[in-house]
Amino acid sequence: MNTEIAMHPNLALHHEETYEKTVFGFWVYLMTDCLLFGSLFATFIVLSHATFGGPSGKEIFSLPYILAETFVLLTSTYTCGFLGFAARKKEKTKTLLWLFVTFLLGLTFVVMEVREFVLLVLEGNGWSRSGFLSAYFTLVGTHGTHVSFGLIWMLVLFFQILFRDFTHDIRRRMMCLRLFWHFLDVVWIFIFTFVYLFGVI
Amino acid sequence: MTHNALFGKLTRSAFEHGAIVMGAGILMLLIACAVIGFLTYTKRWKWLWKEWISTLDPKKIGVMYLIVVILMIFKGLIDAGMIRAQQALAVGAAQGYLSADHFQQIFTAHGTTMIFFVGMGIVFSVSNLLIPLQIGARDVAFPFLNSLSFWLFAAGFLLLNASLAIGDFSACGWVGYPPLSELEFSPGVGVDYWIWSVQITGIGSLFGGLNFFATIFKMRCPGMTFMKMPVFVWAMLATMVLILFAFPILTATLLMLSLDRLMDMHFFTASGGGNPMMYVNLIWAWGHPEVYILILPAFGIFSEVVATFSQKRLFGYVSMVWAIIFITFLSFIVWLHHFFTMGASANVNAFFGAMTMLIAIPTGVKIFNWLFTMHHGRIHFTTPMLWFLGFVFIFTIGGMAGVLLSIAPFDFQVHNSLFLVAHFHSVIIGGVVFGFFAGFTYWFPKFTGFVLDEKLGKWAFWLWITGFLLAFMPLYILGLMGATRRLSHYDAGTGWQPYFIVASVGVILITIGVGFQVLQVFHSWRWREKYRTDTGDPWNGRTLEWSTASPPPLYNFAHVPEVHERDAFWASKHRRSPIPPYEDIVIPKDTPIGMIIAAWSFVLGFAIIWQIFWLVAVSMLGLILSAIYRLSEKETEYVFPAKQVFRIEHGDRYAP
Repeated sequence: MNTEIAMHPNLALHHEETYEKTVFGFWVYLMTDCLLFGSLFATFIVLSHATFGGPSGKEIFSLPYILAETFVLLTSTYTCGFLGFAARKKEKTKTLLWLFVTFLLGLTFVVMEVREFVLLVLEGNGWSRSGFLSAYFTLVGTHGTHVSFGLIWMLVLFFQILFRDFTHDIRRRMMCLRLFWHFLDVVWIFIFTFVYLFGVI
Repeated sequence: MTHNALFGKLTRSAFEHGAIVMGAGILMLLIACAVIGFLTYTKRWKWLWKEWISTLDPKKIGVMYLIVVILMIFKGLIDAGMIRAQQALAVGAAQGYLSADHFQQIFTAHGTTMIFFVGMGIVFSVSNLLIPLQIGARDVAFPFLNSLSFWLFAAGFLLLNASLAIGDFSACGWVGYPPLSELEFSPGVGVDYWIWSVQITGIGSLFGGLNFFATIFKMRCPGMTFMKMPVFVWAMLATMVLILFAFPILTATLLMLSLDRLMDMHFFTASGGGNPMMYVNLIWAWGHPEVYILILPAFGIFSEVVATFSQKRLFGYVSMVWAIIFITFLSFIVWLHHFFTMGASANVNAFFGAMTMLIAIPTGVKIFNWLFTMHHGRIHFTTPMLWFLGFVFIFTIGGMAGVLLSIAPFDFQVHNSLFLVAHFHSVIIGGVVFGFFAGFTYWFPKFTGFVLDEKLGKWAFWLWITGFLLAFMPLYILGLMGATRRLSHYDAGTGWQPYFIVASVGVILITIGVGFQVLQVFHSWRWREKYRTDTGDPWNGRTLEWSTASPPPLYNFAHVPEVHERDAFWASKHRRSPIPPYEDIVIPKDTPIGMIIAAWSFVLGFAIIWQIFWLVAVSMLGLILSAIYRLSEKETEYVFPAKQVFRIEHGDRYAP
């Protein structure tokens, strides 16, 4: 019965339409997310000198560490591209492998970020210290939260591909995941530039 | 406040209230018990779960939005009555019947209710009910997301009402300006209730905006190019664009205020390097587009109503569309006029003032286009048309007051006065609410199959408009006399009391008008056989929604319509074409997961408000697991066979 429904010509056409609509809708979602980050960036810029006697960016940021973090994330975007190729050719093992590598790199990034946060808090430079640090933790933390949700998403996809192969659902979700991951990369480039680079200069 | 691991800040004192709040809480509880009792008595639980809670049908979701809207109109109206009653009484030695704190909670609740739950509810109710039908689509772009949007809206609504029984509500006004709304000055849970009910419903609105934006972009029937869309759809498209641009700002702003309160951050605090004026800028960068999010759908509704009841095509379609686009653009560069008194330089104020005045031009274009549509038309003075004429009268008064306010030096004189209150009630009641009533009467037969009684509707209209003039014209005068808004007490020497009493009489007349509307719906339902429309097209309509049965079948259109011109249905009435064979239709399966995710969001909001940390963790986990469950469902659609479509369209007797 199920296979019969799956083969219904209207349903196949419908899946094609759903794919197109979803990717369009996901782009729109990313643009709204962009505005969310835009609000946080604007706030950060307004508060970037509101150190209230606390440290400025120059005193607390370690550029080499952030650079390492950046390269981890950029590499994960690169592997995410390979993931896309493998998924398009429906090569299950390769897809799972690249998904796993991308996941590990993303996880490394999150762990590095959390370590940076913990060290700052231990030094007494937590989010309550000043307006500048509140804005810093919120902006970078929001990005980190997005990356973490991306990791959960990857886990779910990993097991779905493992047990279910490439259905039309997987194809659609893979496309959205890749858009999401590249988008987070672009946001990070802005964070790297406006928060860390300008902060240290 | 003490903190306990199991219950957070929640203690017994949260349930102890004064007599009025207690009464309201008990009333709410009684209504809930009555509904539960009724459902059990009539054995309707399964029906409720299957037909409504799990539904992905936008028509049913639209009706559920409508139910919340109507409940919230009553709540907002009661709030309004209490505010005016206090102001009519509390003069000189008399202190009125409300404490200052309670009074502040009431005006905050009134604004929050009316904007987020009535206004936004109306926007998404008409979107769900009408956008798919007007663009010749069978569904929205993302049916599941649509259900989730509604239930998030409902979760916010429940959270707002929960504050009545458990704890208290914000006393900081509907936009919650810091530093007053910061922990230092508002240590209770009221502001947190406000933040999270608005945050949850706001995220629902954002999803809704995304959904209908994609629907209008991707789901129009063959032949319906952008310039062939009904003006209502154009207005909704602009509304969705505004939602997509504005609501992320609200989400970010509320997040930051919440972080200030919960995690001791310093975004908007008075000390610690925070900047309270940044909040005011951010909230109005959302808030100004928000008022256009509310009014544009009403403009769309009036465009349909005027054309239909003048039996004439809408005058100046192209200029209507460009006016909408121009308003959409301008709405993002006027936000500073909400706080001219901030102390920006004269040049900055002049820029924002000039941009504000510019908005009067496209709005004027629209008003004239509607009037020209009536010119030489065959006008039917039905109730929707009366609401339209009332709108033109009151909205124009409110609009001219708005242009006055856009002049910064004048604004300095009446800033935060009742003049402002009178202005925005003129445009919101005259525009949004009257538009809603016009649309409600106009499209009621579309979804029920019978029209509303005209005589009772006209009584309601005349009571409403008289009540409105009595309730708000005195406020213009009071504002010029120097009465500021949100006063719970004033001196007898001010001479304001007579005006406040007249305003209260106005509120009473409006309430009677609402009574007539309730009677109108009940009476028409009771004698629905008499009011039934046989053709499904009682007004000789012009647009596609009237081309299908009333109420429309699950799949909206048996054949996806093909459009060659504007006012497609009107044109097709003069054409006869053979009926092609029916086809199988793909329909999404109903699911309750949208409601379940929203229920977890409600618990999450409640747990954050009362700082019950274990419950925060549990509800987060619940949220994520419910989402994963939804993503693991295999077949989320089914095929509705052509045979059954035939049966619905022609009745059982002719089934092949």
